[in-house]
Amino acid sequence: MSAPTFDLGTLHGGLRMPACKDESTARVIQHIPIPTQLVLPLAQHAGEPAHPVVSIGERVLRGQLIADADGMISAPVHASSSGKIVAIEQWPVSRRLGENAPCIVIECDGLDSPVQLSEPIVPFEKVDPESLLQKILHGGIVGLGGAVFPTAQKLMAATAESLEHLIINGVECEPYISCDDVLMREHAAEIVIGAQILLHALQLDHCLIAVESDKPEAIHALADALTELQDSRIVIKQIPTIYPSGAEDQVVQLVTKKEVPTGGLPTDVGCLVQNVGTAVAVHNWINDGEPLISRVTTVTGDGIAAPMNVMARIGTTIADVVNFVGGYTDRAKRLIIGGPMTGKAVSTDRVPLVKATNTILVLSETPAVGTEQPCIRCGECAQVCPILLLPQQLYWYACADDEAKLRSYGLIDCIECGCCDLVCPSHIPLTADFRMAKARMRELADETARAERARKRFESRTVRLEREQLQRAQELLEQRKKVQKAGPQAIQEILERSKSKDNSASEKDE
Amino acid sequence: MEFQRHDAPFFTPRTDVASIMRQVLYALIPAVLAHVWFFGPGILFNLIIAALFCLAGEAAMMKIRRRPVQAALADYSAMVTAAIIAFALPSLTPWWVTATASLFGIVVAKHLYGGLGFNVFNPAMAGYVVVLIAFPMDLNLWTAPRMGDIDYQYPTLLETIRYTLTGVLPSDLGFDAVSRATPLDQVKSGLSNMRTFDEIHNNPMMGHFGGRGWEWVSNFVALGGIWLLLKKIIRWQIPLGVLAGLLIPSGFLYWVDAGVHASPGFYLFSGATMLCAFFVATDPVSAATSPKGRLIYGFGIGFMIYAVRRWGSYADGVAFAVLLMNLATPAIDYLTRPRIVGHRKLEKWRQE
Ligand code: SF4
Ligand code: SF4
Repeated sequence: MSAPTFDLGTLHGGLRMPACKDESTARVIQHIPIPTQLVLPLAQHAGEPAHPVVSIGERVLRGQLIADADGMISAPVHASSSGKIVAIEQWPVSRRLGENAPCIVIECDGLDSPVQLSEPIVPFEKVDPESLLQKILHGGIVGLGGAVFPTAQKLMAATAESLEHLIINGVECEPYISCDDVLMREHAAEIVIGAQILLHALQLDHCLIAVESDKPEAIHALADALTELQDSRIVIKQIPTIYPSGAEDQVVQLVTKKEVPTGGLPTDVGCLVQNVGTAVAVHNWINDGEPLISRVTTVTGDGIAAPMNVMARIGTTIADVVNFVGGYTDRAKRLIIGGPMTGKAVSTDRVPLVKATNTILVLSETPAVGTEQPCIRCGECAQVCPILLLPQQLYWYACADDEAKLRSYGLIDCIECGCCDLVCPSHIPLTADFRMAKARMRELADETARAERARKRFESRTVRLEREQLQRAQELLEQRKKVQKAGPQAIQEILERSKSKDNSASEKDE
Repeated sequence: MEFQRHDAPFFTPRTDVASIMRQVLYALIPAVLAHVWFFGPGILFNLIIAALFCLAGEAAMMKIRRRPVQAALADYSAMVTAAIIAFALPSLTPWWVTATASLFGIVVAKHLYGGLGFNVFNPAMAGYVVVLIAFPMDLNLWTAPRMGDIDYQYPTLLETIRYTLTGVLPSDLGFDAVSRATPLDQVKSGLSNMRTFDEIHNNPMMGHFGGRGWEWVSNFVALGGIWLLLKKIIRWQIPLGVLAGLLIPSGFLYWVDAGVHASPGFYLFSGATMLCAFFVATDPVSAATSPKGRLIYGFGIGFMIYAVRRWGSYADGVAFAVLLMNLATPAIDYLTRPRIVGHRKLEKWRQE
């Protein structure tokens, strides 16, 4: 058993919160049967939505590609079970912007017949890293920690950097969420093998698995798996239990004592972070040939009859999931996709469980909170901010819409963890305000960028036109010289030729 | 089923302004009781009058500014202002003095600057300074502490009420009979009359460190302050800054020449030092917000208190020190911004 290490960096601020995880971790992962209907959004990842490659009425098999990646950053979507495509339409989903998104709806036949599985790559060590990365590209695998960035692209971008560590993130600091915890307890071996695959793909030989100190079972299971697989490249690091230590940059800061530079990525300090769920997905795809069509999700909260962790097919609606765990309690008032600090409230349980859905949290009514009051500058928000921002100042400038100040006070560095909200005695929705201010700033930046692009295009066009004109004048000059030598007959010919050239050139410009 | 929606986070905030202010008020209770014990019931009347006028001022201003009156009264911030004004004034104070301080504090210092959260100056101190300048004579009526061996005729409860309401002393009690110079006054005038500190201190009005009775009230104020610290209602930086700002210069000068300078312990336990350190300077609205900034802010106040007490023309300098440092707050906040995680140097950050 490799001993957990305590040689860690520190995080500023953060919050100690009630874990609220015991309810859901009491049972092992329960498998949800195939529902009658699956709803698969085309955009379950960061980047461009996938484009459908099936048509309505078509019969699909489990694991079959139904929407392919589109553009530089994108991920394919696979059918989670066999059945018939009945619709490709707008459907309510959970995401930050907008309510509905295009989804492929499959009516399941219950047979769950698999497609001719793609050849597993065993042993993966025999394959060169490049083709391993190419293979991962087609598994529909995205970061399951919440950011859902397509994994293959993340890995490919990282290979261009000089990396030191692969960090497998098993730090699940947000209250209520326990899907990674149970995954580590029950699928430790897959996590380790997934890590080995990633190490090989990245040609690295150092991996840290970060786990919080309040998950002794998980640490134990991982240690056992490591002993069994005899891999000295992989080390477990135990992290203090404090929110938000599990956020990507914060994990890096804790295990390497290095801060990810502003606007940068963990790769800037030599780290690549992958969630434990992603590691399992990689394992399943490379070792078993199964693309990402199911995931572990925590279903919990005081609005859920029997909280537990479930293994569900991607595309199962929340209603079906909740039904499986015994339905809602009478107190259920709020449905939140994601954790209580960073999740998103949705109004209907028709939304599907997607690759990003780590938690389905159902809570009772908002306990009566006082109305928002003016900021009393108590500074508590700054005390807990893990980024050392001054939320009270940011709030002030956000209200004033002072973009320059927002920039210099680091609005873009805010990780939207919500710590500041929780300690604010004036009950100011700081995080929501920051999110909005950020969106506004992005919009503005977009506009400026567009204007800039237009200006550049115009400028380069002018330059090109001038150059062409100059060229033509020179050509003409030379021709004249030639003509003077060649005599009057040739003159006519050449003039005609240059005339037609002029026309075509001006046509092109318009 | 249609679910409720609102933005993350979905937890209820841990505390609210009203509960913070309430706890500040609770923390003052032991000190009020001690005050009554040593200096008579006067402070209770001050409290009542200050509360009445502070709340009335708050309600009126909220109404004029078309803001919810109820919410403002329910946050207890005006009550805290009232309590601090009551503490700052002598136990025998005519009502109009208290009322002026309260109204100026709430109406001008708080609401004309934009209300709770926007006031630049601590309202209680602003109100106090106004009456200190407008009614200097009325702020001298400090009674002697109730300690058996002091020869002093204490006004009765009825006499106290009557004085508070009319400003007229009982015919058989002259001003000189009732009032006693505070220890700070005595030390100040004593030192300037070339008496040594030991000489001055050798007086039944003086206790171990500060004045008798005074130091006990200070103890109870500090006790309440420590309770607030433990409850994390206030943070340690400002109190420590104030105390250090007062102790370091006074300790140094006392060490240089103990004859002509009062002991640091005396300054610590007399006047409004403790009240300032734990209840006045810690008013978040008018204080610096970053931990480092708060230390500097507190230190500045402490130092200025010492400077006024030692070299200024007033016996105590708490109010001036606080108001002056209030002015410095934006600068302190600006200069003590923490380095944002992921940013390299403060210098670079400033340029951006
Ligand atoms: S939400 Fe942003 S400002 Fe608030 S504590 Fe988190 S990182 Fe800091
Ligand atoms: S916690 Fe709330 S009231 Fe306190 S300084 Fe921050 S924003 Fe202002």
